Amino acid sequence: MTDQAVEHEVGRSRLRKEDARLITGQTNWTDNIQVAGLLHLAILRSPMAHARITRIDVSPALERPGVVAAFSGADLAEGLGSLPCAWPVTEDIVLPDHPPVAVDEVRYAGDPVAVVVARDRYAAADALEAIEVDYDPLPPVLDLEAALAEGAPLVHADKGTNRCYTWPLATGGSFESVRQRAEVTVKRRYHQQRLIPNAMEPRAVVVTPLAASGEYTVYSATQIPHILRIMLAVVTGIPEQKLRVVAPDVGGGFGSKLQVYGEEALALAVARKLGRPVKWTESRSEGYLATHHGRGMIQDIEVAATREGKLLGLKVDLLADMGAYLMLVTPGIPLLGAFMYPAIYKMDAYEFNCTGVFTTRTPTDAYRGAGRPEATFAIERIMDELAAELGLDPVEVRRRNWIRHEEFPYTSIAGLTYDSGNYEAATEKALALFGYDDLRAEQRERTERGAPVRLGIGVSTYTEMCGLAPSRVLRDLRYAAGGWEAASIRMLPTGKVEVVTGTSPHGQGHETCWSQIAADVLGVPFDDVEVLHGDTQAAPQGMDTYGSRSLSVGGEAVHRAATKVVEKARKVAAHLLEASEQDLEFTNGVFSVKGSPEAHKSIQEIAFEAFTSHDLPDGVEPSINAETLVDPENFSYPHGTHLCAVEVDTETGRTRIRSYVCVDDVGRVVNPMIVEGQVHGGIAQGIAQALYEEAVYDAEGNLVSGTMADYLVPSAADLPDFVTGRTETPAASNSMGVKGVGEAGTIASTPAVVNAVVDALRPLGVHDVRMPCTPERVWRAVKEASA
Amino acid sequence: MTHIKVNVDGTTYEDDVEPRLLLAHYLRDRLGLTGTPIGCDTSNCGACTVDLDGETVKSCSVLAVQADGGTVTTVQGLAKDGEWTALQHAFHERHGLQCGYCTPGMIMAARDLLSENPHPTSDEVRQALEGNLCRCTGYQNIVRAVLAASGQQVPEEATA
Repeated sequence: MTDQAVEHEVGRSRLRKEDARLITGQTNWTDNIQVAGLLHLAILRSPMAHARITRIDVSPALERPGVVAAFSGADLAEGLGSLPCAWPVTEDIVLPDHPPVAVDEVRYAGDPVAVVVARDRYAAADALEAIEVDYDPLPPVLDLEAALAEGAPLVHADKGTNRCYTWPLATGGSFESVRQRAEVTVKRRYHQQRLIPNAMEPRAVVVTPLAASGEYTVYSATQIPHILRIMLAVVTGIPEQKLRVVAPDVGGGFGSKLQVYGEEALALAVARKLGRPVKWTESRSEGYLATHHGRGMIQDIEVAATREGKLLGLKVDLLADMGAYLMLVTPGIPLLGAFMYPAIYKMDAYEFNCTGVFTTRTPTDAYRGAGRPEATFAIERIMDELAAELGLDPVEVRRRNWIRHEEFPYTSIAGLTYDSGNYEAATEKALALFGYDDLRAEQRERTERGAPVRLGIGVSTYTEMCGLAPSRVLRDLRYAAGGWEAASIRMLPTGKVEVVTGTSPHGQGHETCWSQIAADVLGVPFDDVEVLHGDTQAAPQGMDTYGSRSLSVGGEAVHRAATKVVEKARKVAAHLLEASEQDLEFTNGVFSVKGSPEAHKSIQEIAFEAFTSHDLPDGVEPSINAETLVDPENFSYPHGTHLCAVEVDTETGRTRIRSYVCVDDVGRVVNPMIVEGQVHGGIAQGIAQALYEEAVYDAEGNLVSGTMADYLVPSAADLPDFVTGRTETPAASNSMGVKGVGEAGTIASTPAVVNAVVDALRPLGVHDVRMPCTPERVWRAVKEASA
Repeated sequence: MTHIKVNVDGTTYEDDVEPRLLLAHYLRDRLGLTGTPIGCDTSNCGACTVDLDGETVKSCSVLAVQADGGTVTTVQGLAKDGEWTALQHAFHERHGLQCGYCTPGMIMAARDLLSENPHPTSDEVRQALEGNLCRCTGYQNIVRAVLAASGQQVPEEATA
């Protein structure tokens, strides 16, 4: 019998296949690409938030050494359409034109106004200085509420309003009626500051044209090569079949590379105009202006409850900062949160209303969690406020409201059907790991003696919807595309296996995890599996990677495609072994006849038989390869309980996370090591929002935190160790029982940390600290409360 | 143009360069040694960290002409005859990387730490790597990797 892998791959902490090239410096980042005759693109950007361009002259740039071409917006307008928004959330949404290079008006500091193409990056950057532009300043639009007032200056004058859309949702009874009978109501306003995603690899794009055939290869640091191909065809008019899009090694995304960027279209347009290969790489500071931001919302939230702390209803009014233009999914981001405000809690009424507002700032769009961190923050913060109002323990108030494990599947008040979960189990485990009672005792002791350094405990019992997404749900939300994922499996004659996936990893480890899944189903060695991705020529179908979808949709597709391979192989095996299909067993990659184990064929032998086709049954095609597309029937709903203990120095405002414990339930786990890593990174980004990061604009609309020196991406010295635990309630919505994990940590952690900070200061009369909870803000909150 | 002679990862290169050319761009664009990536323009992120004459430097903050006559070691020069260093093994085994963009700089900075302090504490590792930013890992596994490379016992996983 052939020596086959017998140990199950799924569930093992396999070390990553990706690592070898990454730790030896043999990576293929987009900016590494060098081709003969490569030209470098540099972009002149508006220094003003809002202005009319009264004159522009790019010709002086042409005099500079090494410069090959220079173009204004008008020069490029022909053959370069508006950048796409694929999520027009309402019928009457205001959809402004979004030229990749502004023609007559700039609408945020950083809006492109002209481009230079030169022989090297230094020459291109130098020549930008020679371009002459006259601006006639217009008033900036920065305040979300003022922007909606009558007579406010307009971001898009031709649209007559700064209101992009209003999207309402009302489910259950009316909030007003439950409010009437409520014994307690709590209303708060929370600010979701703007965040800058900061994937470590700056964006880059390289376009190589084949002039004779009109074909173009676009290499881009993108999360979405497949969507990008379609959209670039639409924007440039180049036929889709003439475009090949490649996402080489991509250095993180967090949503910021889930985008169709002007620079991608520009590089393609310029390569087409000049018939030469073109590269553009952003500098980090340029990226702070030009790569979309996340969050940026004002949340008015109100809960109505009984004296016992039982929730009756919830009302949420959102103002969401769209920025200056609508990018790929800008308007839809708040809607991904709309369904999550009720979270894990039962109630009778829910009202939600979101108004998208244009401002003269960098456009917003998806950033890790996209809508769900905001929703989770608001509900988990106000649950603490409700607990404080009622004098209850924050964990107890949650316990009185959450869906009990025996109630699953449970349709939430917002209309989502949560397929599985066990909030009790995750919370109990987290409380035990955390040492909740001891920390509470220490907190009381510090409070009683009026210690200058207080202890706060924050809890966050989150769930989220991910695994985007059922195509029919996306249709109902007016999203322009579907949510399926593709996989195919090629059984090579030499016994090796190629898995082709439509997901597009950028740090998640799909090469490793998809190999584990395929190896298990096919019974072949892990090392014999190669995963191909991120190239529309190698992996022609896909919906790419975002929204914690890759495993529950794309991994599921790999699983099903592999299962199909086994079924196709079974027919051939039955023929070769002269047995009926029902009489065959398939174990560890080997078909054998029940009762006569000496008669067997490995799946690799079957693959070779299919290749030679010398002895296939009649009517059977000469291949056991298989492909499949999976369109999930439901979202994936990971959940968990995060607990944070923070020491707060009331004299300096300094905070220090003393311990952080989480228990996440992400269903069945393919690779525990990778899951733990995803949770760590997610928590770090959520803590960053709670304590460190904010995109700050001045009154003129300039991005003040415009470099990495001014925007605090936390370092190792700014973050603690995390204790991670898991419970495992299999998802019912896919055959593997898996849920998403990429965003869970970020969604859960921000409210846990802020709840802890506020909890430390509550005895001093503090009820909120605006994010990020910097020492200055904490100090001011203490001073104001004691005044 | 200025004539420079630099040994990088064991090979000596001679080139005429603009005095303003950054060492990072010299390595990447002129020598094709793209193992050293660039992550920012303010010397905050540390992705471009290399060793210059025994000192750890951010190659985006050093001019190529300053490396004239010097010896540069990049992440591409660490493995000898295909054999990874202890740090490279540890980053792999402790899952100290996800997207991997910060990894060359992290490994170079950690190498510097371990040469000065062969048995650092967890806090010392965190302080030493303060100038190297990672957006994926939350740093915990990077710290574990560095501790493991220093020969210290490190818990496998915190997962309960």
